[in-house]
Amino acid sequence: MKKILLQLMLVFFATSVFAQQTYPVNGSYDIRQGTYALINATIVVNANQTISNGTLLIKGQTIQSAGTGISVPKGYVVIDLKGKFIYPSFVDAFTSYGITEPVRNPGSGQRQSIFVSTKKGAYGWNEAIRPETQVNALFNADPKKADELRKAGFGSVNVISRDGIARGTSAAVTLSDERENNTMLNPQSAANYSFNKGSSQNDYPTSLMGSIALLRQTYYDAQWYGKQKQEYNISLEEFNKQQTIPQIFEADGWQNILRADKIGKEFGKQYVIKSNGDEYQRINEVKSTGASLIIPVNFVKAYDVEDTVEARSISLAQMKGWEMAPANPSILEKAGIKFALTTFGSENLKDFWTNLRTAIDYGLTEKQALLSMTEIPATMIGIADKVGSLEKGKLANFIITSDSLFKKNSNIEENWVQGKRFITFKKEAQGKDTVATALAKKAEPRKAQTLGPVIYPFTSFGTASPLKQESVLLKNATVWTNEKEGILQNADVLLENGKIKAIGKNLSAGNAKVIDATGKHITAGIIDEHSHIAIAGGVNEGAQSSSAEVRITDVVNSEDVNIYRQLAGGVTTSHLLHGSANPVGGQSQLIKLRWGKSPEELKFGGNDGFIKFALGENVKQSNFGTGARFPVTRMGVEQSFVDEFTRAKEYKAALLKKDNNVRRDLELDAIVEILDNKRFITCHSYVQSEINMLIKVADSLGFKINTFTHILEGYKVADKMKAHGINGSTFSDWWAYKMEVAEAIPYNGKIMHNVGITTAFNSDDAEMARRLNQEAGKATLYGEVPEEDALKFVTLNPAKMLHIDNRVGSLKAGKDADVVIWSDNPLSIYAKAEKTFVDGIAYWDIDRDAQIRKDQKSERNRLIQKMQDNKKKGAKTQRPQADAPRIYNCETLEDYSLELNELERTHTHE
Amino acid sequence: MNWKGHTLMNKYIFTLLISALGLRVFAQANISPAGPQDKKTVIMGAKLHIGNGQVIENGYLIFDKGKITGVGDATTVRFDFSGSTVINANGKQVYPGFIAPVTNLGLAEYESVKATLDFAEIGTFNPHIRSLVAYNTDSKVPATLRSNGVLMAQITPQGGTISGSSSVVQLDAWNWEDAALRKDDAQHLNWPVTPKPRPGFGSRAAVSEELLKERTQKILFELDQLFAEAKAYAETEKPAVINTRLAAMKHLFDGQQKLFISADAQKDITAAINFAKKYGITPVLVGGEEAYLMIPFLKENNISVVVKQPHALPNSVDDDVNLPYKNAGILANAGINVVVSIDGYWQQRNLPFMAGTVAAWGLDKEKALQTITLNTAKVLGIDKSTGSLENGKDATFFISAGDALDMKGNRVEQAFIQGRSINLDNLHKQLDKKFSAKYASEKK
Repeated sequence: MKKILLQLMLVFFATSVFAQQTYPVNGSYDIRQGTYALINATIVVNANQTISNGTLLIKGQTIQSAGTGISVPKGYVVIDLKGKFIYPSFVDAFTSYGITEPVRNPGSGQRQSIFVSTKKGAYGWNEAIRPETQVNALFNADPKKADELRKAGFGSVNVISRDGIARGTSAAVTLSDERENNTMLNPQSAANYSFNKGSSQNDYPTSLMGSIALLRQTYYDAQWYGKQKQEYNISLEEFNKQQTIPQIFEADGWQNILRADKIGKEFGKQYVIKSNGDEYQRINEVKSTGASLIIPVNFVKAYDVEDTVEARSISLAQMKGWEMAPANPSILEKAGIKFALTTFGSENLKDFWTNLRTAIDYGLTEKQALLSMTEIPATMIGIADKVGSLEKGKLANFIITSDSLFKKNSNIEENWVQGKRFITFKKEAQGKDTVATALAKKAEPRKAQTLGPVIYPFTSFGTASPLKQESVLLKNATVWTNEKEGILQNADVLLENGKIKAIGKNLSAGNAKVIDATGKHITAGIIDEHSHIAIAGGVNEGAQSSSAEVRITDVVNSEDVNIYRQLAGGVTTSHLLHGSANPVGGQSQLIKLRWGKSPEELKFGGNDGFIKFALGENVKQSNFGTGARFPVTRMGVEQSFVDEFTRAKEYKAALLKKDNNVRRDLELDAIVEILDNKRFITCHSYVQSEINMLIKVADSLGFKINTFTHILEGYKVADKMKAHGINGSTFSDWWAYKMEVAEAIPYNGKIMHNVGITTAFNSDDAEMARRLNQEAGKATLYGEVPEEDALKFVTLNPAKMLHIDNRVGSLKAGKDADVVIWSDNPLSIYAKAEKTFVDGIAYWDIDRDAQIRKDQKSERNRLIQKMQDNKKKGAKTQRPQADAPRIYNCETLEDYSLELNELERTHTHE
Repeated sequence: MNWKGHTLMNKYIFTLLISALGLRVFAQANISPAGPQDKKTVIMGAKLHIGNGQVIENGYLIFDKGKITGVGDATTVRFDFSGSTVINANGKQVYPGFIAPVTNLGLAEYESVKATLDFAEIGTFNPHIRSLVAYNTDSKVPATLRSNGVLMAQITPQGGTISGSSSVVQLDAWNWEDAALRKDDAQHLNWPVTPKPRPGFGSRAAVSEELLKERTQKILFELDQLFAEAKAYAETEKPAVINTRLAAMKHLFDGQQKLFISADAQKDITAAINFAKKYGITPVLVGGEEAYLMIPFLKENNISVVVKQPHALPNSVDDDVNLPYKNAGILANAGINVVVSIDGYWQQRNLPFMAGTVAAWGLDKEKALQTITLNTAKVLGIDKSTGSLENGKDATFFISAGDALDMKGNRVEQAFIQGRSINLDNLHKQLDKKFSAKYASEKK
């Protein structure tokens, strides 16, 4: 039997079921009829239709018919498949099969100061936008890889050049060993995108928000391009041509799914999104995008937790992630999300099958599994008319299995691609696992899996069920109203429906829960005017002197534990700012610290938009960079602003003209908003010369400065700031960390305050933000600012400068119930925040925190035990490696794409 | 300042003098170190925080010729004040001068300006490097510390595996010789740690975990060899070849010089302490983020811990969000000699509030005070003369209007170093005066 099989294989290699029309043949033509009748098989036509005892007729590449009672015409080779099963072969919508992976810049993280494309020719300005890439021209079949994929049951795949943000078109091909001319199913299967700039040499973009801005701008550029005649641009031309085919976005992670989908919606696109398998963490948000997904089954291996010291470095989130990952496909199915499965990310195809079986053990139905590997991916890449099911007229792409596909001991015996027969040889027992044996190995009966709860956010201190808004009466406290009533002794505060209902003495509780706050102090929640927490993928888009087009709103990260840590310090509202690497930074985002909510729900809502500007050492890159990016002096900084606003004014005027075809410019849009008093500036600033300069530039170009942030020499120009109505948000006592703070003094806040400037203390630091109340206390130390005024430095005054003092910043009936209960005078080192309410929800509660930590410990212990049990059963493990979450400040420079590349590298090396 | 003619100060005169000081605008260059104490001085009626855990509510403190000569309860004692300066400090509080351990104070002026940085020499093993000679008494920073009660500091080099030796100084001096309280008090060893291989950039990203480990092993081996040879060298009366590195380590082995080792993770702490023990050394642990997990081991080995600044973020995501605040208290309550520190140099003016934080989160207030006074003096080897308000010790202390561990109460009105009444002006106060005066005059 073996010999025969071998011979068959040889024959197949030498012949063809179809002619290659244009290629000459060396010798005699050997074109076969390719007519086969596969009889007595169980034919799974598609996930919904199975034919018992059926016949499949094939002619050449095509299925002629599938059904029962079909008589076999003459001249057909009959293959009796009694007891066997025929399935449509699988389709993988996301591979880089047959294409050279781009050489990613391994990078030192150093900026190269390469501002525009290094690519020769009439292409776009940024190398990360490469829609001119066409896989159909680059594809080069890889026989070895094709063989592996066929043995795993795949018949066709989508080939993607995974390089750049706009990656050009992919091509769908079969896995036949024929010449590329014959295996191409769809030469333009999809247009592809990602947030990763890939091999691009350009500095821009360095951040996730920059990637998003660049892609958005590209859509607008392409729209403009289609209506103009001055410029020829291959990249934009190709971009426009690709808009009618399917659009696939490699996003990786549920937060990035939301981000990608938002871009799609802005431009009327529904992306198919390739993610990474963590969708269970926010399944509702993922579902609400309406996007179809492509997901891997590369479940993380258990951590080796034998060494209890090393095990400490594994976070609860990592452990829970390990436990939950195999349930992800099932959770997606139950949520009714359309998804395809991909082998991408699996170390090898054996792992793919092992994990797929595990996913089924965790509740993925076999029907869904089959759908997700056949019809769904085929539809995604526009080849559903050719493959994915066994209907008349479709390609003869199918597999023959020894038993029902997902049953134990079922083997993939044959894989037919375009009518061409490939046989899987069974290796004699050599102890080495093949895909087939991996398939067969899962002999244990399926049992229900017990999983810990999904927590929100999916990290330490997350909760399984959302925290509730309550009516609460806080009794008998010292109440710092920040209003004309001042500090009230023995007063009550009533919170209802997320608002402050009343403040006064002896309030009646009604239905409200009463909390005795005798001896405690109650204040409005702390507002941090300058924060960089809860941001994903970098805070600086500093490759150009203006990055007004980038928006923190695109990259809010709800999973940052610093949100919880800062609630513990009484913070309720944070102004998330772009960094200070360039004169015109990005648009900021105001959030409330609603721990556990989605990124969208964190947003303050209804507030004015702000933008970060910056002056001084950072923007002139005194302490980093190549020194090649303009500006490098404070003189150049002035001209950066002059140029930006001059251009914005011209842009605005041009837009007002009738029938214009002005290119929509996201950068200048933001500047025009400033000119129109619709967006407000908070400007990072240090020394008096530059502060004075910007005031003059603003005067001459007709815009206003809302706030100087940091403003360490504000005390030297306080009169000028006051005259212009500019607010000051500074540090309490930082100095000497660089040259421009040589004369920063802790009396700065006091002097600005005394001159009549609305003055705040900010953090710019995830640590300091946890004790801004104490920083306010330092205003009493340095300068004897009255206590009541000092507290306003971190509550009412930042609220005023952020234009939200109508809602937060003081305790007054009708305002948001953002309230902190302190154990002591809030300006004292001894004060602890005992409860922090946001919208009347106690997101921080010092007693509940103790309980959470206890519960967390037992959850950790449960998971450690489970991992050890798993290891005993022989499951693979990996060494514990801590996730290293990023903590940003103003000066953090990093490269988001490098980070992604690195993650991918370490992941595959696990 | 000429203090003569104010020998019979009462509260009012004292207050007057302070405000007179306040009106004179000095430039930083004119803030001169004070001359020697010329008259016996008695502080009456203050709450005395002794620094050893004790408090005297209504106390007296007598000091003469730079030394404390009397401390006690003022309610039960009668004095003859003749020939003494009397400071009426009713309602005020007296604290021993705070001591900032492990700081690069005076070795750095502006963090980002290389020319002003003198705290990290190149090289892996630098036991021969001495911080004292680079300590800049003309730095603008120490004066800003004194005004919050920090009067002494351990000037410490950084970098490499052995960074060199620190010296303890007082913060009111003409030059580093005057400043020195204890020269070369300790060697500083950064325990070699394999960096966590994490998604990162730069050189680390390209290096495998194995290679990183191998490098660490190599450094550990070299370190061991260095100590072995240094010990042998110390025992040699006349070495054939003079080796400045080995010579500099001599007093590690006779206990005259301490060994400070920085380590944070449990495994590293264990390894570091066992290493020192092998050479008969009882080290001082610096950092010790995970020290709270191995208290019995630390006690067994009589280890003092210099806790990194309590104002820090938790080391890992799962940690109690307030763990850094509690850490020092956990160790101290377990009976470990704990010293509280803060990173950096200009930041040292916040050292009192680090102790305040420790007090807020579980340690008795007076014990918290000890973590920046007497406990520190002990590990720095200066407890015979500083660290507490006790007879015979240096008269190095200050008077505060309120609780000096709290920003709400820290109001240093007068400070003495070795009996010298020091000038509490600083650059920041001067700039405050300069510009406050500008706006005041514009208002008129």
